[in-house]
Amino acid sequence: MSEHENHPASQQSIRAEAIESLLIEKGLLSEDAVDEVIVQYNERVGPMNGAKVVARAWKDPAFKLRLLTDGTRAVEEFEFTGGQVEKLVVVENTPAVHNVVVCTLCSCYPWAVLGLPPKWYKDPAYRSRIVREPRRVLAEFGVQISSSKELRVWDSSAEIRYMVLPEMPSDSESTSEEELAARVTRDAMIGVALL
Amino acid sequence: MDGIHDLGGKQGFGRVLREDNEPVFHDRWEAKVFALVRATGSAGALMNTDQFRHAIERIDPVGYLSHGYYGRWLGGVENLLVEAGVLSQKEIATRALELGADPTWPVAARPVAQPDVVGYESEASDSIRPLDTKPVFRVGDLVQARGVSTTGHTRLPAYIRGRKGSITAWHNGWVLPDSNAHGRGENPEHLYTVAFTGLELWGEDSEPGLVVHIDLFESYLIQNLSKS
Repeated sequence: MSEHENHPASQQSIRAEAIESLLIEKGLLSEDAVDEVIVQYNERVGPMNGAKVVARAWKDPAFKLRLLTDGTRAVEEFEFTGGQVEKLVVVENTPAVHNVVVCTLCSCYPWAVLGLPPKWYKDPAYRSRIVREPRRVLAEFGVQISSSKELRVWDSSAEIRYMVLPEMPSDSESTSEEELAARVTRDAMIGVALL
Repeated sequence: MDGIHDLGGKQGFGRVLREDNEPVFHDRWEAKVFALVRATGSAGALMNTDQFRHAIERIDPVGYLSHGYYGRWLGGVENLLVEAGVLSQKEIATRALELGADPTWPVAARPVAQPDVVGYESEASDSIRPLDTKPVFRVGDLVQARGVSTTGHTRLPAYIRGRKGSITAWHNGWVLPDSNAHGRGENPEHLYTVAFTGLELWGEDSEPGLVVHIDLFESYLIQNLSKS
């Protein structure tokens, strides 16, 4: 179902503006609150944070062990700001296991390490299908997972947030941590892409 | 509640549509809704995340599917602001008409006349509440999820109800959304990650090697099959 065919976003925009203007008049909202949101999520929070975590795990086996044992504490080493994760669990892709993350009930997502989720992650098609036919969904994303692999779907139903530690590309052994981080994509950390 | 939000396993939605180079916000109004959520909290009309999730679950189900993520948030925010008496739906509608709204456009909000009152705010910034009580289940236990639905907020999805799975992790105590969303207290419970096989969830047609892991509160689990 298209989000915009029947109900143009402009109607939602008007409704939001109506509520905004009333709240401003009542002194409950400041004029610059929207700009603060835009700056926060465009500049300070995003998948570049998660990519740094993944790259360090690839380069530093002791950090990787800490990350997989207690993701929340391991990520604190980076001092990310602007998004809270109460408990972060990092799940590792291996030759035997592929992991993918979803929230079927709403759209829970590890904001602190990945920023705000893409639209498709929040849409009914992904939320309904990934727990039932993940291999078909992943194939549509261009990802083929061997039928001999275990496919673990993590449905984020409580306040624990999940992030995938992708397998390191085989040609990147001698690459620096910074260069590795640049190769890590948001989709790989959700589990819908391979690197 | 058995709402439209409970999408796991529903069929017929078709391909997952992705955008190349998707912006963080598609339009300024999406960020505006974000700011409205914060203002709703400051106004005392939104006390916790569970209450917000339930407010979104209570919007018009057709709007839930067609208004998009920030449209759902907008419906939830309007529910809460109206229910708390901060704004009336009439004054919102009047202002929207002044701004050029189409009066036939289906508004998603469905505020109720006698809403729950969440009369407390948590002192903690998180929902982790370590418990002195011992967890009923242990890692490795085979358990069955509760089989019936509830009318209020819950984080037990329909596709898990009545299914058997095994506990793979124990996370100590967490605020219970089923209670906290309605202002009935935090009532923390032990939380577990439970693994359900594709065969158990979807039958013989399941894809091979599928295992769904999901976090479930202790009261969602009705028996310990490994002890019987």
